[in-house]
Amino acid sequence: MFPRGQYNPGTVMLDIKDLHVEIGGKEILHDINLQIGEGETHVLMGPNGSGKSTLLMTIMGFSGYTVTQGSIRFKGKEINGLPVNERAKMGMGIMFQRPPTISGLKLSKLLTAASGETKEEIEKYAKAVNMERFLDRDINKGFSGGEIKRSEVLQLSVQHPDFVMLDEPESGVDLENISLIGAAIGRLLDKDKHIVHRKKSGLIITHTGFILDYIDTNQGHMMCDGMIKCHGAAREMLKEIRERGYKECMECRK
Amino acid sequence: MQKVDVPGSLTPDDRDRMAQVGIDLAMTTRCGSYLQLNQDVAHATCSETGIEVMSIADALERYPELEKNYWKVVQKDKDDVTKHVAAQKNPRGYVIIGRKGSKNILPIQACLYLGKEQIQHVHNIIIAEEDAELHIVSGCASARHVGRGGAHYGISEFYVGKNAKISFTMIHTWGEEIEVYPRSAALLSEGATFLSNYVCMQPVKKVQMYPTATLSGERSVARFSSIVIASPGSSMDLGSRAILAAKGASAELITRAITRGGTIISRGEIQGKVDGTRGHLECKGLILKDGLIHAIPEIHGEVVGTELSHEAAVGKIAQEEIEYLMARGLSEEEATATIIRGFLDVKIQGLPDALQKQIDAAIDAAESGF
Repeated sequence: MFPRGQYNPGTVMLDIKDLHVEIGGKEILHDINLQIGEGETHVLMGPNGSGKSTLLMTIMGFSGYTVTQGSIRFKGKEINGLPVNERAKMGMGIMFQRPPTISGLKLSKLLTAASGETKEEIEKYAKAVNMERFLDRDINKGFSGGEIKRSEVLQLSVQHPDFVMLDEPESGVDLENISLIGAAIGRLLDKDKHIVHRKKSGLIITHTGFILDYIDTNQGHMMCDGMIKCHGAAREMLKEIRERGYKECMECRK
Repeated sequence: MQKVDVPGSLTPDDRDRMAQVGIDLAMTTRCGSYLQLNQDVAHATCSETGIEVMSIADALERYPELEKNYWKVVQKDKDDVTKHVAAQKNPRGYVIIGRKGSKNILPIQACLYLGKEQIQHVHNIIIAEEDAELHIVSGCASARHVGRGGAHYGISEFYVGKNAKISFTMIHTWGEEIEVYPRSAALLSEGATFLSNYVCMQPVKKVQMYPTATLSGERSVARFSSIVIASPGSSMDLGSRAILAAKGASAELITRAITRGGTIISRGEIQGKVDGTRGHLECKGLILKDGLIHAIPEIHGEVVGTELSHEAAVGKIAQEEIEYLMARGLSEEEATATIIRGFLDVKIQGLPDALQKQIDAAIDAAESGF
């Protein structure tokens, strides 16, 4: 196993093989195979209910998502059975789509607990996503859609994950915020660095593709009915979906 | 500032337990102090102009007019506890009077310490005259090994004058064999504010109380906040009551209760008796280990123009919240403790920072035990 931040280039960050996942006794994901290399960002597309979020939640190790078959290797280590925080410590980070509100827990306190950074450093990070006014607020309490996304990006940016999972980062965000969030996500994924220096990897769920204006992506995957049906260039696949809907994907089922 | 004249019988452990309930024996953060060990009044002093701290025996002798505040909002024959205290030939306890317009920046501390197997009885009278502002931290504790049979009977009568304010923050660290029966009531005049805070994070055999505030002055405000944890073997029957009896009066009753195997009965009652009154009652309970939390919120409206509401919720910590924090790298234990600390975080409007910090410190001291 390689500790976070030190990982051999040119190798695989995430390697999923023959993965089957159940929720409440019902199989939701069937035979998923996916490889994401260091410095690569992949896009996950597919209709609602196709299993995209389930895949992210399974990779992060949340309860209720039972791996019945197959393996998930992260930085070369099998992580099935590891608790969520161990995965976070190895360098995984996830942006929640609908994070819970925790009464009495200030955003600043969570950021400190997650990073061990000083107050001054945390304020710097907060400023970058226009969240300094929220540091003393209870986490997610009364936050708007855009504020939740900015808070999530802020949490990830103090965590410095090597592998970032984002579930619809643009949903509920207005046009002004999307560039702010897009730029912050770009930084998370080392997109401001030259390709040979990029170490961070990502897996992003998007319906609209707006976020792709801010980050380069390496590959797209189309998910239908709990299976990855096809791979390709993310932008072309999205263009196809925009023009023809998911019809062709649905037809793959046959 | 004069240090508390500490009796030589106090062991370092006794001092630690006093510190836990907010008693600063060096007096660097307090302006006045009353210390009672068992039935002995060790100390009563106050350096703030216009504020008097004295034993009840001295006060009754010095100020005959105190008769009108003695056994008036708490009745002698209310129950066995009041009867027991009323029957004492030598009353113990303290009187704090904030004269007209006086104000203390540093709080006054009152320490009631039980070191023997016996019934400690006290009768306290706290008066804030017109425009006065009094902030008091009352630390009640017992020595670590008192043995069976120790009990504390405490009568407290509060009189909050016109546009005056009293904040009373009571922190308890009793032993597992101690029974505690506070009997308190407050009378509020026009524009008066009464803040009553109760924190008990340590084991106790039994606490039973139901303080009542009567808001008889227009625009008076009462806020009761209780933060408690019941350990196995602890039984806490806690209530608070606000009687809204004048136009514009309002009350808020807030409870955060956690059981780790003990019993908590959380009562609360707001009576809306006249027009233009408002009240809200909130009880949130967390069950960490099988025990009992029984919330009994009552609202009682008698007229069209009173607005009363209550909310009560009892449950466990949501797994989703724990995993959210775990995804940020916190272990399950750290995540749980962080959520509990947040749950107990009650910011009390109008309370001086020093006292809010005292409450926070009492909660933090127990945090390791989650």
